[in-house]
Amino acid sequence: MDFGPHLLLAVLEGAVGAAVLALTALGLSLVFGVMRVVNVAHGEFFMLGAVIAWFVATSIGGHPAVGFVAALALAPLIAGLVAVLVDRLILKPVKYDPEATIVGTIGVLYILQQTALMTYGPEARPVEPPFSHRIALPWFEWGENGFAMFYPWGLSTNSYKLFVIGAAIVILLAFWLIMTRSKAGLIMRATQLDRETALAFGIPVSRVYSIVFGLGAGLAALAAVLIVPIQQAHYLMGHDPLLLSFIVVIIGGLGSIRGTVLAAVLIGMSDGIISVFLSPTLSKIIATLLVALVLVFRPQGLFGKKPA
Amino acid sequence: MSIGTRSTFLHLGLIALLFVLAFVLPSYHQGNLARIMVLATYAIGYNVLFGYTGLLSLGHAMFFGAGMYGLGLAMQYGGLGVIPAFAVALICAAALSAVVALLALRTIGVAFMIVTLMFAQAGYLTVLYFGAWTRGDEGFVIAQSARQIAGLDLTAPTTRYLAALLLFSAALLITARMMQVSFGSVLIGVRENEERTRMLGYDVFRHKLAAVIISGTISGAAGAGYAVLFGYVGATFTSVQYSIFPLLWVLLGGAGTTIGPLVGTLFMFYLIDYSSGLTNAYMLIAGVVLVLLTLFARAGLVGEIRKRWVAWLP
Amino acid sequence: MILLETKGLTRVYGGLTAVDGVDFALPKGEVHALIGPNGAGKSTFVGMISGRIPASSGEVWFDGQNVTPLPAHARIRRGMAYTFQITAVYARLSLADNLALALRSRDRGAALAALDRVGLADRADQMTGDLAYGHQRLLEIAMGVAQKPRLLILDEPTQGLAESEIEGFNALIRELAGETTILLIEHNMNVVMALADRITVLEMGRILASGTPAEIHANRAVQDAYLGTG
Repeated sequence: MDFGPHLLLAVLEGAVGAAVLALTALGLSLVFGVMRVVNVAHGEFFMLGAVIAWFVATSIGGHPAVGFVAALALAPLIAGLVAVLVDRLILKPVKYDPEATIVGTIGVLYILQQTALMTYGPEARPVEPPFSHRIALPWFEWGENGFAMFYPWGLSTNSYKLFVIGAAIVILLAFWLIMTRSKAGLIMRATQLDRETALAFGIPVSRVYSIVFGLGAGLAALAAVLIVPIQQAHYLMGHDPLLLSFIVVIIGGLGSIRGTVLAAVLIGMSDGIISVFLSPTLSKIIATLLVALVLVFRPQGLFGKKPA
Repeated sequence: MSIGTRSTFLHLGLIALLFVLAFVLPSYHQGNLARIMVLATYAIGYNVLFGYTGLLSLGHAMFFGAGMYGLGLAMQYGGLGVIPAFAVALICAAALSAVVALLALRTIGVAFMIVTLMFAQAGYLTVLYFGAWTRGDEGFVIAQSARQIAGLDLTAPTTRYLAALLLFSAALLITARMMQVSFGSVLIGVRENEERTRMLGYDVFRHKLAAVIISGTISGAAGAGYAVLFGYVGATFTSVQYSIFPLLWVLLGGAGTTIGPLVGTLFMFYLIDYSSGLTNAYMLIAGVVLVLLTLFARAGLVGEIRKRWVAWLP
Repeated sequence: MILLETKGLTRVYGGLTAVDGVDFALPKGEVHALIGPNGAGKSTFVGMISGRIPASSGEVWFDGQNVTPLPAHARIRRGMAYTFQITAVYARLSLADNLALALRSRDRGAALAALDRVGLADRADQMTGDLAYGHQRLLEIAMGVAQKPRLLILDEPTQGLAESEIEGFNALIRELAGETTILLIEHNMNVVMALADRITVLEMGRILASGTPAEIHANRAVQDAYLGTG
C-alpha cells in the first residue's frame, strides 16, 4: 500500500482511538474539574466496563447486538455505582484530601484489578461486535485518463469502527448540552467554580460529588464497552487508558472540557499516526516526557486557566 | 537518658539484633530478610523525601532502576568489579535525581506526583526501548563469578545477608543522623509549613533539591544492592509497581520515622509471601492495606506507636 | 538613617492595581504603623517588602542595598523578620521546636528565653496546634522577635489577642523600640496610637497621608476615609 492510503488508514484508526480516548479522558477531567481530586483508579473503571460487557454479552445469548445494547446500559451503570461506593466509603471520610485521595485510589486500583484477575482470569477474551461490515475505501490517482478513483487492496475500514466514532461524537455532544443547558449541568459547573458559594446556595455538594465521581467512572466504562469488540477485554487493560487520559487531561488543561476533547483528538490521532512511522515504545516515551514538560513549564495546559 | 542517646541505642540495638539473626535464622527466612533489608533501604530513601520533606513522588522506581542498571550494565558490559560498579550506580542515581529535581520541583502537590510518575514511566519505556542491552522485562543475570568483593563470595547466603545488613545500616544511620542536625529540622519545617520556613530565612528550594538527591541516591544504592546481591536486573523494577511499593511500605511502617520503613517492608513482604501461596491475585492485599491505611492509620505502625505511647521515637 | 525604602513599588493583579507606585522611607529605630481600610493594599505592600510577593515594578532598598532581586529567604537572612496576617506556625511541632527553627539553633535555653518574653515558657513542650489562637499568635511574635531582626514586620499582630495579651504585646514592642525597627499593620487604633512613632495611611494602593499620630488624627481626609467619627 502506498503512503497516501497508508496514511488514510492510520487516520481512521487514530480517529477510533481518539474517540474512545476523548470519552475516557472526559471522565477523568470532569472529576478533577468539579472535585479537584485525581482518581488513579480511573483506568480500572474502564477495564471494569470491558469485563462487565464480556460477562453481559456471554450471559445473554442470541444476536450480539442484544448483548451489546445490554452491556451499553449495564456496564456504565455498574461502574458508576462502584465509583459512588468508593466516594462514600473512602473519599468522603478523608475529606478529599489530595494526597489521601491519590493513595486511596491507588488502593482501589489494585482491588479492582486483582478482583478482575480472580473472577475474570488472566486471559484476554473477545466480544463480538453488534455488527461488522467491511467497507472498502477509495483512493485517488492521476492516471492516463485524468483523475481516477480506485480501491487499493488492504485499504478498508469497518462499519462498527465508524459507528464508534459516530457514537462518541453523539455522546460528547449530549454531554456538552447537558453541562451547558440543563439544571444538572448548571449545578455541576457551579460546584466546580466555587464550592463554598454552591453550599451557601443550598446545592447538596456532597451528593453532587458522588454523582460526578460515578459519572466519571461511567464515562470510562462506556468508552470501554464501545472499544471492546475491537480490542479484547483483559484485566490489565486499564493501564494504558489511564496514562493516556492523564496525558490528555494535562495537555488539554485540568478542568477544561473543551481542552480535553481537543487534546484527545490531537493525541489520539497523533498516537495512531506516529505509531505507524515510529516504534510504539518510542512514541510513548515522547508522549510521557511531553506531559511531564507541559506540567513543568505550562501547567495550565493548552486551554486551562492560568494560575493567578 | 537524652533523646539522642535513646535513639542511638535503638538504632544500634536494631542493627545488633539483625546481625545476630544472620547466624540464627533458618536459610529461607535468612534469605528473605536479606531481601527485605535491601528493599527497606529503598524505603528509607523514599522516606527521606516523603516522610520527612513531605513530597509524594510516584516515580521513585526510576532511581531504584538507575542504581540497578548502573551497576548491572557496568558489570555486564563494562566488566567492572562490584565496588567500581556500585560507584557508577550511585553517580547515575544522583545525576538522575538532580535532573528530575530541577524540573519536577517547579511543580507542587498533585502536579509533582504526576510529573514524577511520567518521568518514571518514560524511564521504564526507555529501558524497554534499549532492550538489546537491557533485555527488557526478561532482564539479565549477573554471573555468580562476578559477584565477589576481594575474595568474598556475595552469593553465599550469610555473606549476602551481612552485605545487605551493611547497606541497610548505612542508610539507617545516615538518615537518623541527618534528622538530628539542623538540615533535618528544616526538612520537617518544609513539610509542615513551607511558607513559614521560607519566611524564617531558609532556602526552601535548595533544601528540597538536596532531599530529592539524597532520597534518589539511597534508592539507587538499594537498586544496585539488589542487583549485585540477588544477581538479577530487570525492567519490572523500574515499572510503576516499584514506585508504589516504597510508598506502601513507608505508609504502613510509619512515614517520618527511622525504623518505620523496615517495619513496613517486613510486614508487607511476609503478608504478600503468605497470600501469594493462596492466590495469584496477591496484590489485592496491597490494595486493601493502602485503603485501610488511608482511612484509619495515616501515621503507620511505628507512627501510631509514637503518637500514642513512645513520643521520643525518632 | 533610613533602614528601609521603597521606590515606586507597584503590584498589579490582572486588571487590579493593588499597590500603586508607593514611595516609602522608614528610619532606623522607628515604630511605624501602616493603617487603612480593607483592601487598601497593606498586606501586599509588606509582602513585597519581605519578598513574599514579587513586585510588578519598583524597588525595595534595605540598609542601603537594593534587595529587589533577592528572594524572600535572602532578605530574611539580611535582617528582616515577618509575621503572617493569618498565623503561620508549625501546628504539629512543639513550641520549643518552633523556636528552634526560628533561632536556627537547638539551644533550649534560648528557646525558653524567647518564649518567656511572651509568657509562654511554661508551655514549651506542648503541641502548638493545641494552643488557643491568641497564644499561637504570641508564639509567632516570639519567633519573629527571637530572630533579633533589624526590621520586624508584623501583619495585624494583635488580631485575636485578649486585652491583657495586647498590653503584654505593647510592652514587648516598647522594649524592642530603638534597637529594632518595627513596621506593623494594625486595625486596632488604640495599639497604633500607643506604639507608633509615625503612621502611614494607605488607601486603594496609594499613600493617603503620613505623619505623627497627632497629625494623622487631625487629618481631615483620613478621618473621612477611615477613622470615622472616633
